[in-house]
Amino acid sequence: MTIRRIALALAAPVGAFAFSVALSSLVLLAVGTSPMEAWLEMLSYGSRLETLVETGNRATQLYLAGIAVAIGFRMNLFNIGVEGQYGLAAILAASAGAAVDLPPVLHVALIMVVAMAVGATFAGVAGYLKVSRGVHEVISTIMLNAVALGLVGFFLRTWLLDETDTTLNMKTPEIPPSGRFPNLNGVVETFTREISRGRELWGFLLVAIVVGVLFHLFLSRTRAGYDLRATGLNPFAAEAAGVDPRATVVKAMLLSGAVAGLIGLPEILGHAHSYDLAFTRGLGFAGIAVALVGRTHPLGVGIAALLFGWLDSAAPILDVVGDTPREIVSILQGVVVLSAVVAFEVVSRIRRAAEARDAAEATRSSATTSGSPS
Amino acid sequence: MKGLLRSSMVFRWMVAALGLVVVLSIIQELARPETTDLISAGTAESTLRRAVPILLAGLGGIWAERAGVVNIGLEGMMVLGTWFGAWGALEFGPWWGMAIGMAGGAGGGLIHAVATVSFGVDHIISGVAVNIMAPALTRFLSREFFVNRSGGGLTQSPRVESVGELNVPFVSGGDLFGWTTPDLFGWIDDRNWLLVSDAAALLSGITRSVSWATVVALALVPLSVFLLWRTPIGLRIRASGEHPVGADSLGVNVYRMKFLAVMVSGGLAGFGGAFIAIEQTGIYRENQVQGRGFIGLATVIFGNWQPAGAFLGSLLFGFADALQLRDRTAVHALLLLVGVALAALAVRAVVQRRTRPAVLLAVASAGVLWWYAVTEEVVSELPPITPHVATLLVLVFATSRLRMPAGNGLRYRRGQE
Repeated sequence: MTIRRIALALAAPVGAFAFSVALSSLVLLAVGTSPMEAWLEMLSYGSRLETLVETGNRATQLYLAGIAVAIGFRMNLFNIGVEGQYGLAAILAASAGAAVDLPPVLHVALIMVVAMAVGATFAGVAGYLKVSRGVHEVISTIMLNAVALGLVGFFLRTWLLDETDTTLNMKTPEIPPSGRFPNLNGVVETFTREISRGRELWGFLLVAIVVGVLFHLFLSRTRAGYDLRATGLNPFAAEAAGVDPRATVVKAMLLSGAVAGLIGLPEILGHAHSYDLAFTRGLGFAGIAVALVGRTHPLGVGIAALLFGWLDSAAPILDVVGDTPREIVSILQGVVVLSAVVAFEVVSRIRRAAEARDAAEATRSSATTSGSPS
Repeated sequence: MKGLLRSSMVFRWMVAALGLVVVLSIIQELARPETTDLISAGTAESTLRRAVPILLAGLGGIWAERAGVVNIGLEGMMVLGTWFGAWGALEFGPWWGMAIGMAGGAGGGLIHAVATVSFGVDHIISGVAVNIMAPALTRFLSREFFVNRSGGGLTQSPRVESVGELNVPFVSGGDLFGWTTPDLFGWIDDRNWLLVSDAAALLSGITRSVSWATVVALALVPLSVFLLWRTPIGLRIRASGEHPVGADSLGVNVYRMKFLAVMVSGGLAGFGGAFIAIEQTGIYRENQVQGRGFIGLATVIFGNWQPAGAFLGSLLFGFADALQLRDRTAVHALLLLVGVALAALAVRAVVQRRTRPAVLLAVASAGVLWWYAVTEEVVSELPPITPHVATLLVLVFATSRLRMPAGNGLRYRRGQE
């Protein structure tokens, strides 16, 4: 029984990934390039230490984005606005960090608090509109993304611009060393060779892991987490049992936004030390993909983040060698998302049918034993 | 059709349109000489052109949601429409481009239908997945088909030709059998008669250099009403969206209806995308859809799942879009309009004795009017997000009086309640 459950749980993501690789290979064959060659190139480049460090960094950001989205998904709340929330949080937190001077740990803590507060506030607007005006969060968060983008552009051009900077790159003032996050190169290098090419494994990876653990504990060990899951599984039953659906919506949105606020920090605290035009965008949407493939499970999202992070980090090699377009990796990711959600649906249907069969069998056997004269 | 033909309805619309002209004229007079674009033939023409893709997305949303399938994937289907539209226009000419763009969007609709209807995946999740996949696919296709052409590249196509334009004879100087008819509306517009000239300018704008594709798109509004409300198949589609179990018990093949409706939905979105590429910009460019699919979805909601309502909504966004593109100072004048509109809503709230909304609206109105008074022009980041802010505001004020199809967004499995 348990083996069958585990096998079923693994069948969906593994099957979806295999299907996606097969489909992408067919696409490559159709345009006349060799899929085998491309995958092997990616594997050999992708197993280098520097690429793995890149993978870790990318996965850190994707994981935070995935968890932010997953918090909402757990109660059928679709926070499509993670994209806007993390951009706005990043620029305001970076500016706040540059404006103050604090002892090392406190400084980083302040930046994180500001980022989480901004993310939560902006997501909270959508939550408030949903419970007070009945505006569906999908539409409102999408519109708020555009608003956030406008605000970030406005801030970067006016109030938060680093006036002393002479380069053409528009950026916010630099965060002093006390507000930066150390890298993990030393830890990694005790096991491996030296990391070359100036790559650093961002220390924020540890924060992402803590967020994952907290998310797990929140869902499984707290009243609020229980309310949230219950509302997601059956809103009517949850309400009948005394869960306030409005409060749960707002709480989930605030929490989702708070985690979303952290997405940009690995990069800002670990590498850029300011918000500039090179800041990575698009992680909010990628986070939706990661959350879906990871099935909103703390561990599953982690695996999905590593997978997507690795694909993103290994893909650039395709530009350098061979004649495979690197966009095939984006197609692969897109197909993984869609086939994974379909596979999860199919598997859960098989599981439900099996459970119904088992239950029917159990009732029948108990009925025959109790019904027979003793 | 019913709604459109009812005489009281037509009358109300005409009064509303007239009221709009009057208000716009007054605001225009107040805002002169800052801008002359608030009500002009150019703005009217641009509004219509900008409204069409949003209208098509909105109609697409209505088709899907009337069948009970929420289609967040409209955005991705429009993206497919832009690419396939441009490619088709390059290969076979603009009309073929429209058709191929439509087919591309319908392909996206097919994927969405398979996921949601056949496999019962959550509609929003499936739609999001379509939105993630579409840009990846178009980028890949651009690399394969556009990079090697002159003017083409990884993110854009070579320039494409547009379909022809229509000038309505007698009122806007169109040709009739080789004879150039008089331009009546244009003539009145030039006289600068208060109100009359403004109304003529509006009419001139929507009857002059109208793309034939716009004509087709506009015809799809009554056509959708007719197909969905006046034909057996439309009844079956709507029944599948309201009460699929009941429909099934009456012998309707619910799965087939949902597939059909979602593919039509994708096709309309694809047409909208192709329109952007072929008619608006004359080129395929990555990211040129810019959330219009989502805005189209918003028009579905506050158009109360009615094609005519979605049409009105698309005009509103088309207007916001046209103003910000044509003349950025006009957006500043728009603040005046928004301020006055909020004040009117506040007065209405006072009359209805709703104190809290009245205070809120009055404060908001004062704030916007103050903003208008103390600034010369709005910050450059505001105009591009005007349509999105407008969507939010309209939804905030409108959602309470709407009714969506009863079975919308719900999973349906045949033989299961």
